[in-house]
Amino acid sequence: MTQLISLLTSAIVFGTVILYGAVGEIITEKSGNLNLGVPGIMYLGGIAGLAAAFFYEMHAAEPVGAIGLVLSFLAAVAASMLGGLIYAFLTITLRANQNVTGLTLTIFGAGLANLFGGSLNNLAGGVGQISVAVTSRAYRAYIPALGGLGNFGKLFFSFGFMAYLAIAIAVAASWFLGRSRVGLNLRAVGEDPATADAAGINVTRYKYLATCVGAAISGLGGLYYTMDYIKGTWSIDGTAEALGWLAVALVIFATWRPLRAIWSAYLFGVLYWAYNYITGLSRGSVELFKMLPYLVTILVLVAVSMRRSKESQPPKSLGLSYFREER
Amino acid sequence: MAEEFAVRMVNVTKTFGHVMANNKVYLELRKGEILSLLGENGSGKTTLMNMLSGIYFPDEGQIFVGGREVTIASPHDAYALGIGMVHQHFKLVDVLTAAENIVLGLPGGVVVDRKAVAKKVRDICSRYGFDVDPDKKVYDMSVSEKQTLEIVKTLYRGAEILILDEPTAVLTPQETEKLFAVMRNMRDDGKSIIIITHKLNEVLAISDRVTVLRHGEYIGDMDTSKADARALTDMMVGRTVTLNIQRDQPVSPQRRLEIRNLTVKDKEGVVRLDDINLDVYAGEILGVAGISGCGQKELLEAIAGLQSAVSGSSVKYRPTGPDGPAEELVGQNPRTIAEKGVRLAFVPEDRLGMGLVASMTLVGNMMLKQYRAGKSPLVDRRHPHELAEQIVRQLEVVTPSIDTPVRKLSGGNVQKVLVGREIAAHPTVLMSAYAVRGLDINTSYTIYRLLNEQKKAGVAVIYVGEDLDVLLQLCDRIAVLCGGRLSGVLDGRTATKEQVGYMMTTLEHKEAGI
Amino acid sequence: MTNHEPLIHIARRDGMAWWRAWLIRLAAAVLALIVCALFIYGLTKLNPVKVYAAMWQGAFGSARRSWITVRDASILLCIGVGLAPAFMMRFWNVGAEGQVLMGGCATAAVLIYCGRALSTPALLLIGAAASIAAGVLWGLVPALFKARWNTNETLFTLMMNYIAIQLTCFLVAKWENPKGSNSVGIINQQTQAGWFPSLFGQQYLLNVIIVLALTVGMFLYLKYTKQGYEISVVGESENTARYAGISVRRVIIRTMALSGAVCGLSGFIAVSGASHTISASTAGGRGFTAIIVAWMAKFNTFVMILIALLLVFLEKGATQIASQFHLNDYASEVVKGIILFFLLGSEFFIQYRLRFRSHTHQKEAEA
Repeated sequence: MTQLISLLTSAIVFGTVILYGAVGEIITEKSGNLNLGVPGIMYLGGIAGLAAAFFYEMHAAEPVGAIGLVLSFLAAVAASMLGGLIYAFLTITLRANQNVTGLTLTIFGAGLANLFGGSLNNLAGGVGQISVAVTSRAYRAYIPALGGLGNFGKLFFSFGFMAYLAIAIAVAASWFLGRSRVGLNLRAVGEDPATADAAGINVTRYKYLATCVGAAISGLGGLYYTMDYIKGTWSIDGTAEALGWLAVALVIFATWRPLRAIWSAYLFGVLYWAYNYITGLSRGSVELFKMLPYLVTILVLVAVSMRRSKESQPPKSLGLSYFREER
Repeated sequence: MAEEFAVRMVNVTKTFGHVMANNKVYLELRKGEILSLLGENGSGKTTLMNMLSGIYFPDEGQIFVGGREVTIASPHDAYALGIGMVHQHFKLVDVLTAAENIVLGLPGGVVVDRKAVAKKVRDICSRYGFDVDPDKKVYDMSVSEKQTLEIVKTLYRGAEILILDEPTAVLTPQETEKLFAVMRNMRDDGKSIIIITHKLNEVLAISDRVTVLRHGEYIGDMDTSKADARALTDMMVGRTVTLNIQRDQPVSPQRRLEIRNLTVKDKEGVVRLDDINLDVYAGEILGVAGISGCGQKELLEAIAGLQSAVSGSSVKYRPTGPDGPAEELVGQNPRTIAEKGVRLAFVPEDRLGMGLVASMTLVGNMMLKQYRAGKSPLVDRRHPHELAEQIVRQLEVVTPSIDTPVRKLSGGNVQKVLVGREIAAHPTVLMSAYAVRGLDINTSYTIYRLLNEQKKAGVAVIYVGEDLDVLLQLCDRIAVLCGGRLSGVLDGRTATKEQVGYMMTTLEHKEAGI
Repeated sequence: MTNHEPLIHIARRDGMAWWRAWLIRLAAAVLALIVCALFIYGLTKLNPVKVYAAMWQGAFGSARRSWITVRDASILLCIGVGLAPAFMMRFWNVGAEGQVLMGGCATAAVLIYCGRALSTPALLLIGAAASIAAGVLWGLVPALFKARWNTNETLFTLMMNYIAIQLTCFLVAKWENPKGSNSVGIINQQTQAGWFPSLFGQQYLLNVIIVLALTVGMFLYLKYTKQGYEISVVGESENTARYAGISVRRVIIRTMALSGAVCGLSGFIAVSGASHTISASTAGGRGFTAIIVAWMAKFNTFVMILIALLLVFLEKGATQIASQFHLNDYASEVVKGIILFFLLGSEFFIQYRLRFRSHTHQKEAEA
């Protein structure tokens, strides 16, 4: 039982990272932009949050967790939106290819983050020395009374606020896409920009906004990763990038539905960590286990294309640029 | 006086490049009437209506709405004036529901009030007799449902003036009846409606008045009660124009293609070609007439192996005459057809999207059909090179060089390249679809000359056309299609324009003489 | 169509003299280097010119460094060459990373299991064949689904990368040497069995020769063979392809097999010809970088040489400044990213013409 609970809690922490990434990417893709820069954006969000907290804690005589939290949160949002803006400007205004631009953004974001991360490590006095303990604690704070309610409390109340924020954002995104007027228009842009254009929707503005807001949400995944998942440190081991690609996979697995992304994210977490809880696995088999999320994603992708169910398809104009004159 | 008109368009002119699509056209729409806008393909009906709905901006002329002169620069402007148009190609998002499509892009609160929308939609439906389920997804809808949705969408947005662009082209007779019923309801409610059509029976059935366009010019209008099919046909097709196209008697024509029970369904399972029986002879030009979208494309593509036909269909190719050996073409693809030694040339309607590779050079395009020749894994560039030079020289193709992408050539030169290539393969059957569409007079005559040369050389030529004058003066026989069925085959030398026009729009003639 | 006509009218160009296009790209690269210089200066207050000089030192400062630069560029180039046919067909093979890894694993398996039994030439032949087979397999799976069910190939090939990475990790654990090191170590270190031999005293000459041969071969294949012609027709218009009697499915499958094969062979070169080991970072993101190389070269394999060299130069140069100025290696990724952003953006000015709206036009639109 304890084992199961601990598997589930680590799955939830893991899932929260990719849930942010995926929900942001869903918003972006719903506008027809396939942004393969998600890992890069998550990197940007993570390093910006970390750097903000680091400099705050370094300069403040007695750092307050809440202030560090707000500063790092804002920095993460700003940095990842900037990443989205670069992508949007290149693909929408300059009409560059989406795949190539996204991959470049991933290279750029990962490079920038690790460059700064390395420098921060140096500033902090050596490799692995960086730590923003105060801010990280604020991120991981939970209500002790609830968290202490035995297994139940552990499973539902032992996480920092961002785990719940992720769910809230996913629910809000689902409501936004499904119910709100702007979300409706956004879906039309991603499906059929020419029709949206004819209906008086400003396709360019929608694409820009969706890409930047989506990037901001994805970037929060990076922030959560640095502050909670690795507890306010920085490591150059490529895990963040792997998580970013898992977020892209999650979008497919959830068939572009934010609500479905919630439980799918935790499922990915369970699949990812399951090897820890199965006794007698060799280290090699552990690696095979980590393959599972990608494998099931491919199965979903194939099933969706075979079934041709209209509801589960990618947005119709995904990956294509829209220019009115070239219809 | 003026206010009894819902719309008046005076001396409206629109040109596209050198083509005059509308030349000083006059149109009046009275309040609470149904007006038919009648004309052949390419007579400028849709262009005129696109100016009313804000898609195009007129070069010259005035538009009055409700007696006031207006400027319509965008669909948005048109809506503000209460003008809504239902285009032939629906502007609907597949994965959204009917209600969602209706409110798309409209201003309003943060949340779409689905109940209110659904109620308003149902109000409109019950008022006019539409049948729209607000929660149904567009991808689940039939074509007629989508059309209904488009009409409801315009009404929802407050249209008082409705323009329907060939709404019946995609409907079954029963659905057409239903559409007409709601159109009458709307008229009785005070809406003014323009229906673009080229079907005479519909004009007579639905409209109060009819305005006729021909070659982009206003011919006249009249009350439908005073009109009859013959008079309208005369107005629509005009007097026969002598084109002086050369036409020799076919020399010993022999049956080369036997088309039997040819039925073609599209992806959605809709019958596009219905039980066609037709013979094509070597040494003659067989014209195919019909309103666009009546199965011409499917007919040619089925012969070429690009369309699969329903089982039981058959197209037999007899290279040496009716008694010689035969090859079945149905169930083949272009490659296997070519491998059987059937030299089939095809000039498709979509020249740059199907017949040619737009971004490739003339030389590259010359290879398209012959690149497989020979055993070498390398493509032979020498022959295509010579061929390109030869075509440029013989057909006087205007191009900077034979290494220019065909995309950069003008329409006429593109067609010369395509026809030149197809003829150079020494075909035994030559099919062409709208071979002179968009071409100037000289190039058109070049094409006619080339087709006649092929006929003289004993090729079986199929000419799908839209200009009846050309069909009547170029072709030896004319097969007339109507709604995917063969409405008859006429002798090109004795048939009249009225006869063909009538058969294009009505399906009562059967076997008018093979 | 809207009320407010945009101030700037954008129209596609009919074409541009090649030298003007290259001038624009050059300008973009120079602009990017200036931005990078500002970035470096802002970060370190170092003289950017000195930094660039150090980069040159790092990449071409000695014969050995030059050879390493050329070696790494040739692997990147090889992957780009493998991607060219797929991209020309408009098939988004973003799975090169995985195809390279699988090729590398197959090679490593041959070297490990047959290293004692066979001579080096035999090992090289079998290793090459095995890596090609592995790459083909990895490329074919998404192609089959694309051809049959039109499954989105971008997402499919992307996922295949991670399956390949995990599979590689699995094999690394299986082959680890010494035990507990979590790495395979240098394979056949003593015997050097299955390693590329030195030619004329140059350790990496064979790599370069193979890759250049592939580059020329792919160029000729795409430009002069019937299959290459079919690929370009399918890429331009499937409709035209069908009209010409080309089986679109067959071309997709055949071309992806080829693409996977060359990517797999890149893995062979990376293992047998360079690192002599295998790990999840054997491909090292080059499968992704090569996508950018292939795309920007517009399927021209000779242009790829230039771009691959540029990127590897940046990488090596940045590694040098990292050690020299106490930055870290990732500076190269940032510089790479910035340059690629500029080059990607510059294509817009090559393909489109900007026209500012004239005032008369404006009046007409608002009248």
